[in-house]
Amino acid sequence: MSVAADVLIVGAGIVGAACARECASRGLSTVVVDAGAMGGGATAAGMGHIVVMDDSPMQLALTRYAQHLWRELAAELPPSVEFEACGTLWVASSEEEMAEIRRKRDLYASVGVESEILDGQALAEAEPQLRRPLPGALLVPSDAVLYPPCAAAFLMRDAIRMGARFHARRRVLSAEKGIVRLEDGTQFHAPHIVNACGADAVRLLPALPIRKRRGHLVITDRYPGFVRHQLVELGYLRSAHSITTDSVAFNVQPRTTGQLLIGSSREYGAESTAVNHALLSAMVARAQQYLPGIADLQAIRVWTGFRAATPDKLPLVGPWPEDESLYLATGHEGLGITTSLATAKLLIAALLGEKAEIAPEPYLPARFLGASPTPQHNGSAMSELVHASEKSHA
Amino acid sequence: MPASPANDHFDLLVIGAGPAGIAAAVTAADAGLRAALVDDNPRPGGQIWRGGAHLPAPARQWLARLDGSSVVRLQGWRVFDAPEPNLVLAEQNGATDKTANANPALAVLHYGKLVLATGARERFLPFPGWTLPNVMGAGGLDALVRAGLPIAGKCVVVAGTGPLLLAVAAHLAERGARIAAVCEQAPRSRLATFAAHLFFEPGKLWQGARYRWAARTGRFLTSCWPVAALGGDRLRSVTLRRGSRQWNVACDYLACGFHLVPDTELPALLGCRIVDGFIATDELLETSLPGVYCAGEPTGIGGVDLSVLEGQIAALAVCGKTAEARLLARKRRRRLGFVHALEQACVLDPELRALATNETIVCRCEDVPCAALRERDGWREAKLLTRCGMGPCQGRICGAAAEFLFGWRAESVRPPIFPALVSSLAWGPARQTQNFSAAGALSENSKETP
Repeated sequence: MSVAADVLIVGAGIVGAACARECASRGLSTVVVDAGAMGGGATAAGMGHIVVMDDSPMQLALTRYAQHLWRELAAELPPSVEFEACGTLWVASSEEEMAEIRRKRDLYASVGVESEILDGQALAEAEPQLRRPLPGALLVPSDAVLYPPCAAAFLMRDAIRMGARFHARRRVLSAEKGIVRLEDGTQFHAPHIVNACGADAVRLLPALPIRKRRGHLVITDRYPGFVRHQLVELGYLRSAHSITTDSVAFNVQPRTTGQLLIGSSREYGAESTAVNHALLSAMVARAQQYLPGIADLQAIRVWTGFRAATPDKLPLVGPWPEDESLYLATGHEGLGITTSLATAKLLIAALLGEKAEIAPEPYLPARFLGASPTPQHNGSAMSELVHASEKSHA
Repeated sequence: MPASPANDHFDLLVIGAGPAGIAAAVTAADAGLRAALVDDNPRPGGQIWRGGAHLPAPARQWLARLDGSSVVRLQGWRVFDAPEPNLVLAEQNGATDKTANANPALAVLHYGKLVLATGARERFLPFPGWTLPNVMGAGGLDALVRAGLPIAGKCVVVAGTGPLLLAVAAHLAERGARIAAVCEQAPRSRLATFAAHLFFEPGKLWQGARYRWAARTGRFLTSCWPVAALGGDRLRSVTLRRGSRQWNVACDYLACGFHLVPDTELPALLGCRIVDGFIATDELLETSLPGVYCAGEPTGIGGVDLSVLEGQIAALAVCGKTAEARLLARKRRRRLGFVHALEQACVLDPELRALATNETIVCRCEDVPCAALRERDGWREAKLLTRCGMGPCQGRICGAAAEFLFGWRAESVRPPIFPALVSSLAWGPARQTQNFSAAGALSENSKETP
């Protein structure tokens, strides 16, 4: 039996690439295998928004840490990554939402994330294309945008520079008990296997509580300066949090190319990459409500991608208790680009038995083991998931 | 909020108003179907039947039949998406004489049967200087001249491969251009083999008369191609190579096209089966999708006569006139040898792959140089890491070049197949019913659907 590496990572998306870089930097021999190209899955489909989110204190802790790691890395990123700290504007559409914005500011301040409330006039000056009047917004200046495929490629190249090996277009059939079997008949033996396959992780480990959550994005031709910050409606969190229905939310990103990315949609139960035109239509209509002028811009492409959604909106990072060789780095839903670097830090701490910079427990896969598989009215995440899956095919 | 789109239903929708599309629409309308012909150009004729007065007799006849038919003509409308079965979305280019603001910019076109006659485009190969102003497609320059670009007294080099080169050179010469050279990359021996086919197929694009004209001028060079276009702000001269000989020719225009590639984006978006880059059909030109037919260049590059024949076959099949369709299909089968011979004649010399230097731009939309692509090992990776093919043309130009240079074949097609207004993506169920008249105008008395 030949041992291929200390760590074998399945999946070369941005999460797998970040993990490979972290492992290689710590002197572990590292091999990465992917069925396709580097960063070709959800990484390529995503927006590339580095954002602090507060769906839960655990999500806030993880994204805050992650955003900090990206800012530290920013100086090393090549121009192709198009990292730009343009900030996020969380746009309120009612006085009720303004109250929510004040709450959000205080919460962010309590964990050391700087933010600033803009009133309606300041918002109109900051983003003249937004509809008027709007009551205001919360500016989080430390949030950023980047181009995910080149970010993943940068991380992977850095890993390779430090000795990691990458095998593209090699599909993995199974990854368990220290053995990774490839479709081409190859077997890799490794004491540590990391499943970083995003929404496809369940193919290798059906017990995972991950569901595909499809999203759509539109990219426009180049309109430099049309918007200046990543614009997200405050209700985005509601859309992201809901796990029972298809939803859309206003979420527009300026690319450094001058192009705009228009999102976002969320739907369960969709397996095909084909565009859902009803949802696309609702998504675009939502964007037009906030940015009326966007209607007259040229759209050049629409695509879909699959988020790896977990019931509690937190990723699965750390050992899988039922197989001592197996570690997980998946389940990031819409935050894989943001939290990739933090995921890698948590993973390496777990692999080496070190203390991580943030508490790893909320993200440990073990949290889903031992939960009752049958629905119980105790509000647990697992029962919510089962409940949702019963409804979603209506 | 977007205006309510126009909304109409046709027994037969024909997409593309070139020879195949015109023949299909006219044939179907003559048989009593309500047929519509949609095309993004302001006038019918496609790439080949452009510019009224100078057209050959068959073109004038078909265009006259179209004028006299009941075909609903949606000229200046570009189909950009097919969101549901039996329905496409089209946007108005603003190219028609629409009365300001009266017409919506978006049309929802429902159909019973569909004929895809989407045509073909020129293949461009990158070489140093190919992005200079006044270096253009052979067909592209021809179209500009037909649209009024003054060419008399201008010096033109025509280069690339395929029968289009001679057709364009002959036409530009008629308009007073000085043709400095016509450079065909294929060797003379291969052209001779192809010319033998013409003996049995008179009236083809690569007509004997044109061939003789070119031969007589002495400026028709085989095994010859441009290696660089030179000039600062615009083209001044072209460096040509033939074997080991290399020389400069001063010129005002370089008209350059390396044969044709079929426009298969819409068939691909619909889900039609594609084999070796062409749309697979049965004998009566039905694609792998029931009720969806394909005619003209997307089934195989065969020129105008074959396109007309295919348009008729598809329309007859749509009308259920199977016996007549089969008769014409037999005629078509005899001509398929020509398609094959043409393909063989236009096979690109592998040396053309070496024309692009590291700095030569391959993707003009995203300014991607050749060096950035050489490191990639597939179209997908190239797209993701360099954005090659991700600009407004969606790889229409660089895709064919990359296929030749690196052997990459483009993957799936994503909507919209042409850039479309963001608001057009938000077309909703709340629509007005507005019918198009035969002239392509919308009826005034639109009524709300319940």
